[in-house]
Amino acid sequence: MTNKMLRLKGVSRSFGAVEVFQNLSLDIAQGEFVAIVGPSGCGKTTLLNLLSAYDQPSSGTIQRGGVLRMIYQEGGLLPWQTAGQNIAMSLRGLPNAAERNRQLQELLALIGLKGFEGHYPHMLSGGMRQRVELARALGGDSDVLLMDEPFSALDYITRLRMRQELARLLHERPRTVVLVTHDIEEAAHLADRIIVLSERPAQIRCELQISLPRPRDLTHPEVVNAVHCILTELGLESRESAQPQMSYPIERMSVFMESEEQS
Amino acid sequence: MKKDQFTIKNVLLPLGVVVVAVIVWHFLCAFGILPAIAVPTPLQVLTGFAEEARRGRLFDDVIASLFRVMIGFVLAVALGLPLGLFMGLYAQARVALLPAVNFFRSLSPLAWIPFAILWFGIGDTPAIFLIFMAAFFPIVLAAAAAVAGIPAVYFRVARDYGFRGRELMMQVTLPAIMPQVITSLRVTAGVSWLVVVAAEMIAGRDGLGFLIWDARNALRPDLLVVGMIVIGIIGVVLDRLLVQLTRIPSVRWGYDK
Repeated sequence: MTNKMLRLKGVSRSFGAVEVFQNLSLDIAQGEFVAIVGPSGCGKTTLLNLLSAYDQPSSGTIQRGGVLRMIYQEGGLLPWQTAGQNIAMSLRGLPNAAERNRQLQELLALIGLKGFEGHYPHMLSGGMRQRVELARALGGDSDVLLMDEPFSALDYITRLRMRQELARLLHERPRTVVLVTHDIEEAAHLADRIIVLSERPAQIRCELQISLPRPRDLTHPEVVNAVHCILTELGLESRESAQPQMSYPIERMSVFMESEEQS
Repeated sequence: MKKDQFTIKNVLLPLGVVVVAVIVWHFLCAFGILPAIAVPTPLQVLTGFAEEARRGRLFDDVIASLFRVMIGFVLAVALGLPLGLFMGLYAQARVALLPAVNFFRSLSPLAWIPFAILWFGIGDTPAIFLIFMAAFFPIVLAAAAAVAGIPAVYFRVARDYGFRGRELMMQVTLPAIMPQVITSLRVTAGVSWLVVVAAEMIAGRDGLGFLIWDARNALRPDLLVVGMIVIGIIGVVLDRLLVQLTRIPSVRWGYDK
C-alpha cells in the first residue's frame, strides 16, 4: 500500500450527546472510487469533514496522504471571481505565472469550457458551474477528491451528463474519490466500492464492490443489480424480486423510453 | 440589467411629465387659483434662477454643500467600514457594540444640531459632523450584517486553497460583502444629502440649505423653488453616480439573481 491512501482507524465522533460515529474503521486505496450512502442524517457529511480535516474525531486516528480537495454541493465557487480565477485558486502553489496560465488553459480545455474563462459563476448554468468546480479540484496536482453530493442541485439529465463527465475526467486525471451521496443510483453508476452506512451511531452496514469499468451504462445489469442490493439493504426493496423483470410489451416500452428522454 | 436602457421612450415620457406639470403650474398661477403671494410662477423661478446663476452664488452654494457631504460621507465610510468588518467577524464585538450602534442609528442626526453648533460653531465643520453622524452608523450596521451573513462555504473554500490573513480579507471577506455595502452607500449618501440641507439652514452661512433659509428670510419664494429644484436634481445625480458602482463586473452577482 502506498502512503497516499486514506485510513480511518477506530474513529468516533460525537456532538454533545449525539454520537455520530462509533469506532469506525475504513481504508481507501489510492485511485479507488468509494461512494458512501446511507439514510439522511447518518453522518455522511461529518465523515467528509473528518476526512478533509475540517473536523476532528473525538477519538481514533485518521491518516491522509497527498493533497485533498473538497467539492461542495453547490455555491462552492466564489461568485466575485470569474471561472478562470476560481480554477486558478488551485494553481496558486505554482511559482511561475506562465506555467499557471498554461495549466489553467489545459483545465479549461479539459472541461470543455475554453472561452468561458472570463464568465462569472452566475452567468453559467448549474452543470457548467459544477464542471468549473471539478476543474478547480483537479488543478494543482491534487490526489484525493472529497465530494459532498456534488450533483444533487442539478436536474436529472444534467446529473447524468455530469456523471459521464466525472468518469471521463477521472480517466484523464486519475484521483482517489470519496463521494458522499444520497443518490444510490449515482453511487452504483460511478463507484468501485459502495459503503452503506447504518443509522446513527453510523457503522458500516455493508460494502459492495463493482468491478465494471467506467463509463458505465446506467442500465447495465451490474449497475441495476447494485442499486437493488443497496435498496434491499436499506429495507426499501424485498429480496424476492432479485431479478428485476421487464414485462412491458415492445410498443409500450418505446413510448416509455421516449417520454423519459424528454423529461 | 435592462431597466436603465436609454431609449427615446425612457427619456421622452418623464420629460413629458415635467413639461405638463410646469404648464399646469403656470396656468394655476395665471388664473389665480394659486395665490401669487404663496406660490411663484414658473417664469419668476426661471428669472430667479438666472439671477442667482449670474451672481455666481448658486454655483458657490452647490460647491459648498457637495464639499461637506463629500468629506462627511468619506469619513463615515473610511471609519464605518472597518468597524463594521470588525463587528461582523467577531461575535463578541457584535454583542458589545451592537446596542450602542443601534441607539445612535435610531437617533435623528438633526438632534445633534445644537451640540454641533456648540462644539464647532458655524461653517463647514458642524455640517460635516452632522453628515458623519447620519452616515456612520448605518454603514457600520450594513457592513457588520453583511460580514456575519457571508455563507460559511466561501470561508471553507478559501481555507481549502490556502487563503489567510490579509489575502483572505482582500479576496474573500471584502468582495463577499461588496454588493450589500454598495447598496448601503447609496442609501447613506441619500441621507447625507438630506442632512446637509438641514445642517446648513441652521449652522451655515452658505450652501444650498442656507440658500433656502436666506430666500425664506428675504421673502423670495422664487429663490426657494430654485433651491429646491437644484437640491433635488443633485440628489438624483449623486444616486445615479453611485449606481455606477453596481456595474463593476465583480459585484454583479449580488444583483443579477
